[in-house]
Amino acid sequence: MSARLATSAAAAAAPRGAPLLGLRDVRVVRDGRAILDVAALDVWPGERLAVVGPNGAGKSTLLQVMMLLLRPERGAVRFAGAVVDARRDPVPTRRRMAMVFQEPLLFDTTALANAMSGLRLRGVPAAAARAAARTWLERLGVAALADRPARTLSGGEARRVSLARALALEPELLLLDEPFGALDYPTRQALLAELPALLDAAHTTTVLVTHDPAEGLALASRAVALRDGRVAAEGAVAPVLAAAGLLPTAARGGP
Amino acid sequence: MDVLGSGLVQALGLLLRGDAETWRVTLLSLQVSLAATALSLLIGVPLGTWLALVRFPGRGLALALVNTGMGMPPVVAGLIIAILLWRTGPLGQLHLLYTPTAIVIAQVALALPIVVGLSTAAVQQLNPRLRLQILALGATRTQYLWLLVREARLPLVAAVMAGFGSVISEVGAAMMVGGNIQGQTRVLTTAIVLETSKGNFDLALALGLILLALVYAVNLALTWIQQRGHPL
Repeated sequence: MSARLATSAAAAAAPRGAPLLGLRDVRVVRDGRAILDVAALDVWPGERLAVVGPNGAGKSTLLQVMMLLLRPERGAVRFAGAVVDARRDPVPTRRRMAMVFQEPLLFDTTALANAMSGLRLRGVPAAAARAAARTWLERLGVAALADRPARTLSGGEARRVSLARALALEPELLLLDEPFGALDYPTRQALLAELPALLDAAHTTTVLVTHDPAEGLALASRAVALRDGRVAAEGAVAPVLAAAGLLPTAARGGP
Repeated sequence: MDVLGSGLVQALGLLLRGDAETWRVTLLSLQVSLAATALSLLIGVPLGTWLALVRFPGRGLALALVNTGMGMPPVVAGLIIAILLWRTGPLGQLHLLYTPTAIVIAQVALALPIVVGLSTAAVQQLNPRLRLQILALGATRTQYLWLLVREARLPLVAAVMAGFGSVISEVGAAMMVGGNIQGQTRVLTTAIVLETSKGNFDLALALGLILLALVYAVNLALTWIQQRGHPL
């Protein structure tokens, strides 16, 4: 995991323009140990950035910092050019983003009301929220389940509803924390095949935490590898996945 | 067994004949206990939610105190409130002793710890990551608390049932701060004690059956609220 790989790959893959979200010198400390220590990381408009790394590397922490759910002990988070710190109410910025967690975390109500919930929190009138929610349930293939209580959905169905809830917000930045973990193989393959088109159509900038090289290769346009809370490699997807040990060494173009 | 049968007949007779005293005692029981439950709910749910979400020094002690309060003997609560409201006591100038208001105050002292304790448990048993999800959906502080309480509504209604059940059925506090004054502070439980002591088992049993029917009716309504939209 050489620094040379990181710089050259980053230079090759990073798009131009102003980053949508940027972290500078961000440090999160738990029990006296830095669980996240990122000197610089930018998310560029329109890209899909995969975040990989072993368990405990700080991937979920990174996403929570990006979503302004966790205020770092040090450093700055910029969204669309503006610093979001303790002096600013995070809610207006959070409302330009959406996050899908490792579990679906649906509310104890119908699938439709779940898909509407983020819009309703933003004050969107019920009729408009319902229409948008139905559209996204449709796109994710679960429109037939709209009136079902969320508790009665299967894992795959709940996952689709939770994606619909996030996508219905049409966020500028979508954060996905291992969204396909714990899904059966056919469901996972189907979602992997459908999601890029949905994200492209909505021009949604996406950050995706994954353990699965297939997910990274299928979805991401760029990747960053974390290790012990630090950026260990950043750049084109395949080399970063290889550097993180997620691809056989041959994929690095090596011996 | 004759007593049971004649008690039932007498209960129906008292209610159907529209016996004024029986109706007054029944309505006062309902009013006092519903008021005490409603007040406990208004104070207890926010307090319980706060105890569930906020970490502060002494939180463990506070929770232990609340849990102790859940087992507060009604006569002890009655005694403490009676001392406070006594003519020469710290709140004596309010002249509340032996009024329905005094019973409401004593019953709040009984129901509040139950509502707080069960509300704390109800909110704490929610998936902690659901809190992050609610914030990630763009909720403001108020929306966040409202959604948490809504997610915990099943156990919260159970907390209301437990609170109401504890106060409608207690006799010690109502006796000590209410005084069982006919036409003023007599409630079903104190009336039952009185009639039993006088040997009027039929009337006592009739009042007991009315009390049971009342508790059933209130819990039926609460169960309906709780199970709405919960077919499973």
